[in-house]
Amino acid sequence: MTLLDIKNISYQTGGAKIIDDLSLSLETSEIHALLGTNGTGKSTLAYLIIGCDGYSPASGSILFEKQVINDLRLYERAQLGITLAWQEPVRFEGISVGQYVTLRNTEINPALYLEMVGLQPDLYLERMVDASLSGGERKRIELASILALHPKVAILDEPDSGIDMLSTQDIINVIHTFKENGTSVLLITHREEIALSADRASQICNGRITCSGAPEQVVAFYKSRNCLVCSGEECVDEPS
Amino acid sequence: MNLLEQLMQSYGDAGGDRAILTDSDTAHLVADGHQILSTRGVAGLEVEAHSTPDGISAKVRVRENVRLKNPVHLCFGVLHKKGAQHINMDVKLEKNAHASFIAHCIFPNAEQVVHIMDAVIEIGENAELRYAETHFHGIYGGTYVRPKAVVTVGRNGVYVGDFNLITGKVGRLEIDYVVETGENGVTELTARVFGHGNDDVNIKEKVVLAGEHSRGLIKTRVVLEDKASAEITGSTEGNAAGARGHVDCMEIVKDNAVASAIPIVRVNNPLAKVTHEAAIGSVDKRQLETLMAHGLKPEEAVDVIVRGILR
Repeated sequence: MTLLDIKNISYQTGGAKIIDDLSLSLETSEIHALLGTNGTGKSTLAYLIIGCDGYSPASGSILFEKQVINDLRLYERAQLGITLAWQEPVRFEGISVGQYVTLRNTEINPALYLEMVGLQPDLYLERMVDASLSGGERKRIELASILALHPKVAILDEPDSGIDMLSTQDIINVIHTFKENGTSVLLITHREEIALSADRASQICNGRITCSGAPEQVVAFYKSRNCLVCSGEECVDEPS
Repeated sequence: MNLLEQLMQSYGDAGGDRAILTDSDTAHLVADGHQILSTRGVAGLEVEAHSTPDGISAKVRVRENVRLKNPVHLCFGVLHKKGAQHINMDVKLEKNAHASFIAHCIFPNAEQVVHIMDAVIEIGENAELRYAETHFHGIYGGTYVRPKAVVTVGRNGVYVGDFNLITGKVGRLEIDYVVETGENGVTELTARVFGHGNDDVNIKEKVVLAGEHSRGLIKTRVVLEDKASAEITGSTEGNAAGARGHVDCMEIVKDNAVASAIPIVRVNNPLAKVTHEAAIGSVDKRQLETLMAHGLKPEEAVDVIVRGILR
């Protein structure tokens, strides 16, 4: 069953087209990797799906469980079951890790979710989600907080970036924990080995999906690209 | 119910622990207006407090090498709608003394109340004082609060001051603290204020790093809503080699509130260093969106952020 259905959306800012007639879907219990280099529109697509301030498609539709959500506010989309783990999560003064993980549900045990992302609860529960945390620690806490939400859809924006001392397999295990918990994952990454762990993959280039299918097929196509950083000029669609 | 019971009732209603009055190991001084209601001392601590026609005068001494096990509780307040409280405090911690004071300032019904504190605090060599002051105000915003302190911190001494006014409407708040810090001494001043209605907040805190390798931090967190206003002046002077100071002010402004921050850093020794940061604005958009992505409504997200800042 299609959970998230993005139909022909476009978005531009400052005269530049960032997302160009893009279509993408996410099925129930699926991990769908969105593979692309820097500047291809991956994070912008995430902001359009979750509904960040200033991010609204100029055309096209975003459907969640067959309901058009273009006009819903960010928190309304989250309450439906869509959420986002930002690439660089913000810090908060005066909010402990334990409080942060249980923001929506104080009945749950936050320790369980910290363990899922490789953090020792007794070392972290009382710490603040502030500048005293390293980038990697903060990122893992964000992932724990998203796991604790049990969303229907989690958009993970480069979950591996900035996390030290975790093997690729550890990251993949965390991503698969979402799936085991009943969450479908839109996995934004530029790392081929991470994308290979998905059920399906799509390559984004210059705001368009240029290739979609089995991860092995998409990764092979991604490896053959001409540009290291998206120039918007050299990308080509996969031959059909 | 007598005045003491009423004051402690208000203190309990505000979340305080009323058992502090009956604990024989815990020193306290309780006053309503200019009337002293209860005092208790403990070994190593001397408190001489008396009422004068103009207010309350208190002399507090923590003797050499004494480390008080429990905090000293100071409960000050005015229970009536109108009234005045002027407290003169003379505090001295002798060499190697360690103490923690917790001041509870309670004004639940204030419509026209003045609360003035003039304190002179001397912290001796290797001595340490932690002074936390928490205010509980009602809904009327009719209080003029003016805590003023001149503090000297001796060699290797420590002074940690923590002022909190986040419950109720104050009216007019004027904080004026000056702390001179000696060699290897440490001063940390933190103020957290939530202004509502027409509250007018003025905070002036100055740390003079007079001794070599002395350290100072002034941290201010202010949230304003409605038509409240605030002017925050955090000033640090680095006057000796190795002195390190930092001024950190954050103000969040909502509705029609107005805020200003004036960080003043002054260095008179090339081997001293003082830094500052100030941020004034609405609630951070990324913080707000992150919390909303967790399903919190905008007003719930703002509340979480504000409570965190004032924590």
